[in-house]
Amino acid sequence: MDKFETVSGVAVPMPLINIDTDMIIPKQFLKTIKRSGLGVNLFDELRYNRDGSEIEDFVLNRPAYRQAEILVAGGNFGCGSSREHAPWALKDFGIKVVISTSFADIFLNNCFKNGILPVVLPQDAVNALMEDAERGANARITVNLECQAVSASDGTEFFFEVDEFKKHCLLNGLDDIGLSMQKSDALERHEEKIAQSMPWV
Amino acid sequence: MSVPKTLYDKIWDAHVIHESRDGTCLVYIDRHLVHEVTSPQAFEGLRMAGRKVRAPDKTIAVPDHNVPTTIDRGDPATMPEDSRIQMAALDKNARDFGIHYYPVTDIRQGIVHIVGPEQGWTLPGFTVVCGDSHTATHGAFGALAHGIGTSEVEHVLATQTLIQKKSKNMKVEITGSLRPGVTAKDLAMAIIGRTGTAGGTGHVIEYCGQAIRALSMEGRMTVCNMAIEGGARAGLIAPDETTFAYCKGRPHAPKGGKWEMAVAYWKTLYTDAGARFDKVVTLRGEDIAPSVTWGTSPEDVLPIDSVVPSPGDFEGGKAEAVRRALDYMGLKSGMPLTDIEVDAVFIGSCTNGRIEDLRSAAKILQGKKIKDGLRAMVVPGSGLVRAQAEEEGIADIFRDSGFEWRMAGCSMCLGMNPDQLGEYERCASTSNRNFEGRQGYKGRTHLLSPAMAAAAAVTGRLTDVRQLNRNQQGCAARYSKIS
Ligand code: SF4
Repeated sequence: MDKFETVSGVAVPMPLINIDTDMIIPKQFLKTIKRSGLGVNLFDELRYNRDGSEIEDFVLNRPAYRQAEILVAGGNFGCGSSREHAPWALKDFGIKVVISTSFADIFLNNCFKNGILPVVLPQDAVNALMEDAERGANARITVNLECQAVSASDGTEFFFEVDEFKKHCLLNGLDDIGLSMQKSDALERHEEKIAQSMPWV
Repeated sequence: MSVPKTLYDKIWDAHVIHESRDGTCLVYIDRHLVHEVTSPQAFEGLRMAGRKVRAPDKTIAVPDHNVPTTIDRGDPATMPEDSRIQMAALDKNARDFGIHYYPVTDIRQGIVHIVGPEQGWTLPGFTVVCGDSHTATHGAFGALAHGIGTSEVEHVLATQTLIQKKSKNMKVEITGSLRPGVTAKDLAMAIIGRTGTAGGTGHVIEYCGQAIRALSMEGRMTVCNMAIEGGARAGLIAPDETTFAYCKGRPHAPKGGKWEMAVAYWKTLYTDAGARFDKVVTLRGEDIAPSVTWGTSPEDVLPIDSVVPSPGDFEGGKAEAVRRALDYMGLKSGMPLTDIEVDAVFIGSCTNGRIEDLRSAAKILQGKKIKDGLRAMVVPGSGLVRAQAEEEGIADIFRDSGFEWRMAGCSMCLGMNPDQLGEYERCASTSNRNFEGRQGYKGRTHLLSPAMAAAAAVTGRLTDVRQLNRNQQGCAARYSKIS
């Protein structure tokens, strides 16, 4: 995984609450056996007409947001299905940070596994950043994971909490399968123990 | 005396094999269920790193999301190219890595969350994961079960563990008993109506109380299945005699002396008196009515005798979401829910595709025909459920009434196979999600119980199943006394 560096860029505003993973990447794109190439289908049903032409007023189709790296969204973002295709699609499009008041659990985990930083901030902070995002290319938002800070275009800083272990992995681009395999002694002890005391496992 | 523990605390503690100073834990996984949609990239990752599946004996694979539900589906030509590739990938991965496998041609094939319990893979006290959010279903056995993403699928395949932090404890208690005509599905939806779709975020819910105890295993699975719609990481119900009776004799449940040992352990799996919950929600069983959803989020739920709400009834961001939902659903505020006409009825899914669900729908349909012009399908949750329904004569009731009787799979729950809604087609569905486009592009979904779905099939509109009985069977006196 790539190391997470400070992101500074244009943010897409999507104030709708409860944006679910079916919306982020509809089911017809889950039939891939690859992780890449899903960016063109991000928010597919909101973004394209049935004939494949773009829906002009959908936010990602507006020129200012085509290169966006940050997404500011309404609460409970990423609810619904566990599909990792959702963060894969966001990442493939170029989104590196999603900011909201809350995220669904599985989606949150999936983001970290793919080098995307989900930032949880209180409602008023999200509102302020949403306003910034509405200004398109006229406003840049900066997200610094090391300092756990988001800066709005006027310099106002908002600090966020993040799980320490996940932050460490993200900053260093660590593969956690390798990390877990280093604990194989503890794993073997557990397996021996259950083989004795719970032979039905 | 030791500190009182919740059921969740007990299962969690028994599976932590390493804890770091910041509380990040390595947790052992007892059962890993795999399906075709969220696993190809995980197996590919294993191959690229030259890794094996650590515990193939604890890993089960079954195709369900893509599979056609037509009789001729054994023929790969019935599938579009991309589905065929995904199914072939599962087939190859299951065989290459030596894991348990139920292909479409096997009568035991079905929706992964129905197959696991049916085959005795899911047992009390286990940790169970699957690359699917409705893994919560298995919590009905007092197993800690939750959905994971594809990277985590790869992690479990390689290490039989997951990296996790402990969630908070939440208790949802349903006191008293459910009224006649009210089912586990109504209960599941009523809970989400109360807590909202984010109400359980960061928590593991334990469902308890008299109304939960009274449920069959099928009903308990329906309730836990929708824990995820309430935002929870998992749902749990403490195992009891109902659970043990269900597990006993299943192909992969322990036998003989091991069974005795297992039951003795399972009997220790309950929340100790005085254990602490971070959040508690209580509902009265008597207050729950047959319910339906009117919007595009599972929290948009109301008793069937209500009217479509208006955006003005809500606050904050929800008002805008409701405006959008009503527009998408093509509904007007103030309209009685029972005036909503449907074009299709779907009975099935991991929420309501078990034998008891089919029985309850068949009971309503017996001797009746579905409304002219309506499209209605039943998709049993597994090949074994289907076979049992055939044997009990339930399949005939469905067929005689005008329902299509299909082969097992996820089907129209999410429409990854050809079973989809057309644009603006309105469906009464026993599944668990009414998201925009979930059952087909611009399709409109109303979630409800199997009995309510059957009632809707008969009248062609959302219907109070209690009224249907009253009108058609002359039971007015009996029901009016109750309500
Ligand atoms: S039946 Fe529906 S909810 Fe259940 S696993 Fe299949 S697609 Fe998911």
